[in-house]
Amino acid sequence: MADRSEYIAETESTSDGWLTRFLNNKFLFLEQPLPPGSRLFAVIAALSLAIVFFFPLWNMTFYSNQYTDGLTLDIYAYHLEGGKTPNRDDLLEINSLNHYIGMRPLLESDFAEFLWLPFAIGGLMLLALRAAVLGKMSKLVDVFVIFVYFSLYSFWSFYYRLYTYGHHLDPTAAIKVPPFTPPLFGEQEVGNFTVYSYPEVSSYIFFIYGFLLLAAILWAWRVNRKADA
Amino acid sequence: MKNLIKKPKFLWIGIGVIILASLMVIGSCGRRTAMKQERGGAAEAATMTYVAPGDIDEYYVFYSGGHSGNVYVAGIPSMRHIATIPVFAKYPATGYGFDKETKEMLGGFEWGDVHHPALSETKGDYDGRWLFVNDNGNNRIARIDLRDFKTKQILGPVPNVSGFHGGAFITPNSEYVLAASRFSIPLPKKTAVPVEEYATKYKGVVSGISIKPDTGEMSVGWQIEMPPYAYDLGDAGKGPSDGWAFWTTYNTEKAIGKLEVTSTQRERDYIVAVNWKEVEKAVQAGKTKIVDGVPVVDPVATPGLVYLIPCSKSPHGVDISPDGKWIIGSGKLQSITTAYSVDKMLAAIQNKKFSGEEDGLPILDYDFVKEAEVNVGLGPLHTQFDNQGYAYTSLFVESAVAKWKLGTWEIADKIPITYNIGHLATAEGDTVDPDGKYLIALNKLSHGTHLNVGPSQPESSQLIGIDGEKMKLLYNAFTEPEPHYAQIIKADKLKPIEVYPKEENKNPNAIWEINDAKIETGPGTVTVKTILVRSTITPTAIEVNQGDKVTIHLTNIEQTTDELHGFGLLEYNINVVVDPGETKTIEFVADKPGVYAYYCTNFCSALHQEMQGYLVVKPK
Repeated sequence: MADRSEYIAETESTSDGWLTRFLNNKFLFLEQPLPPGSRLFAVIAALSLAIVFFFPLWNMTFYSNQYTDGLTLDIYAYHLEGGKTPNRDDLLEINSLNHYIGMRPLLESDFAEFLWLPFAIGGLMLLALRAAVLGKMSKLVDVFVIFVYFSLYSFWSFYYRLYTYGHHLDPTAAIKVPPFTPPLFGEQEVGNFTVYSYPEVSSYIFFIYGFLLLAAILWAWRVNRKADA
Repeated sequence: MKNLIKKPKFLWIGIGVIILASLMVIGSCGRRTAMKQERGGAAEAATMTYVAPGDIDEYYVFYSGGHSGNVYVAGIPSMRHIATIPVFAKYPATGYGFDKETKEMLGGFEWGDVHHPALSETKGDYDGRWLFVNDNGNNRIARIDLRDFKTKQILGPVPNVSGFHGGAFITPNSEYVLAASRFSIPLPKKTAVPVEEYATKYKGVVSGISIKPDTGEMSVGWQIEMPPYAYDLGDAGKGPSDGWAFWTTYNTEKAIGKLEVTSTQRERDYIVAVNWKEVEKAVQAGKTKIVDGVPVVDPVATPGLVYLIPCSKSPHGVDISPDGKWIIGSGKLQSITTAYSVDKMLAAIQNKKFSGEEDGLPILDYDFVKEAEVNVGLGPLHTQFDNQGYAYTSLFVESAVAKWKLGTWEIADKIPITYNIGHLATAEGDTVDPDGKYLIALNKLSHGTHLNVGPSQPESSQLIGIDGEKMKLLYNAFTEPEPHYAQIIKADKLKPIEVYPKEENKNPNAIWEINDAKIETGPGTVTVKTILVRSTITPTAIEVNQGDKVTIHLTNIEQTTDELHGFGLLEYNINVVVDPGETKTIEFVADKPGVYAYYCTNFCSALHQEMQGYLVVKPK
């Protein structure tokens, strides 16, 4: 802390060009220590991610005349789970129906995401804890940036999956349909089905994770600005 | 002159005929008016039986299907037939009797005669686990599991039993399903004795079929060697009469030949009272002889097991009231139903109030044990009960149902039915806790009260509302032969599955991946593991040599409701239907060369028609 206050004293007295000033400010910002409140946010953010392993990320529900209660498909970070009642196995049912239009069956073994997603989630938890322990703004910014990158990549990956399933249809299928992309978000009519696709608990947890990190950053910034002034 | 003298005679005869005819017309009109009156408020009756599309019925009714060998399931109050459960006969609609397992269960018999279904009970109330049905035709008894509505076990032909009419009647905790012989024969079976020696050499049998409490598995527990009467209907005691079972008998004359004359000479026949708990003890004490592998008790040598209670002649039903206090016996050729007191019966046994003995068995004094004679009407057959203390007795000859009060023994109401009612069934009417509300009259004759379908006419069952003071005829349904008796159970007591869960399928020949489907060829044998799933039978072609023994294991890998797949093989007389999650096996010898198509027989999907393949049998 001592270096930073010295640095502040030093830089305040000089009058450099804009780039130097910008870099100096960035350096000042990133070198801030994290107040206890920010560290707590980071710890809560890390722990909250554990919930992701127990709840689905996304849900797709397929309604039709024969399935008024809807065939459901929950996408977890590490596997697929169709609705299952004593009277129906929805994943099996979805695959049974999709084969008529030549769509590949949804097989867990085809999803590379189910390998790297849990690894990445563990990484995000560790990085948030690391920021809390080392107590520096730069670590917090690191993990936030990585998280944003992770989120965008995951969305793209999910969208690309849907695109691939809907576009790489077996040309010998019994029923020929024009290639389509199942909805990532919202509803869509596909044949005799209406498909609803919406985020589930774990996606909200990711959102909370990001929100807590951002809150930790802002909190530290505010506390330090008060202290500096 | 002669003509003049004769004319008045003809005139009188003519007038007589006209008067008689008018009386008949007036009589039948009167009857119709009476029925119309009962039907009065057609709109009300229609509302009471209307179950809107999408709604479901309040009760299940399980009809015995008589000599069809089936059980029919319908809903109350709509009376709509919902399902047929094949039991003692092949049934191509569900593939029953074509696959290895059910074929073995049928044991080569092609028919059975289901008379009296009995729902399993716990503490005298229906528990919704199993339905037991008898086979009067081939001396068998079967268990239907109500988890999947499938026949799971057929026991028999049971040794020593001939004409399993006096069953299936269940004890209050499903310890036994009881049954008795209708046609006495010389024992053991395969003994041939001239009919003239009937009275001395022929024997009746009462059987206690043990039920395993957890699985429902049946086995022959014991039998009682009885005098050669015809054992007709029975009921197990409950409450104060628990431990007892009762059967009506006819032909206590022990006559042969034209029984409608020879067996109806006495004014009284008997109800036999069997103390089955004492029989159990006698069996445990080893007071038995083994006849055809079954421990058989002789009630003459071991007293205290069987008593005779006089009953008006040729009785049919004997029924125990829900509180277990009254034994209701009906002589079908008379107009009274007799109510006996269980307390008095027990006292008579204790104080030896016997009026004599017959065939070595003590006869309880009728006047001592009788509580009341109820003048119900002509031809009383069978009695059921409601939750208000009323009894309902079917009147075969009169074609009516009489409602009367237990305890006061007064007739409260009567309703005509069409026609000739045999049994009747009230909602949970033979439990300790009947529901009242509905009664079904199970009629023997429908006499064209339906669209004309030619001479082979259906039977009729009529739904009667019994929650008011007056009985109300609500609905006429026509049932396939032959609803002898039925069981009515509240729908929420059953929780059937709709899919066989994959995890439960322990069949070693089940496969779940299309890639695992395969044909294995051995010397003279071909074994095929087949997958049925929308809309392919995999493998789609099977090649065998003429004379090969072919075994095909069929697994329907669907896990959704109502995705049944069939497997019909042309000209090989094979059709099975495999339910979702089920595996079935068919076996046959490919003795006919050529190419035979197989296909899915149970409509499944938009490409059901394409679900087909070929069996190629290469000639020798």
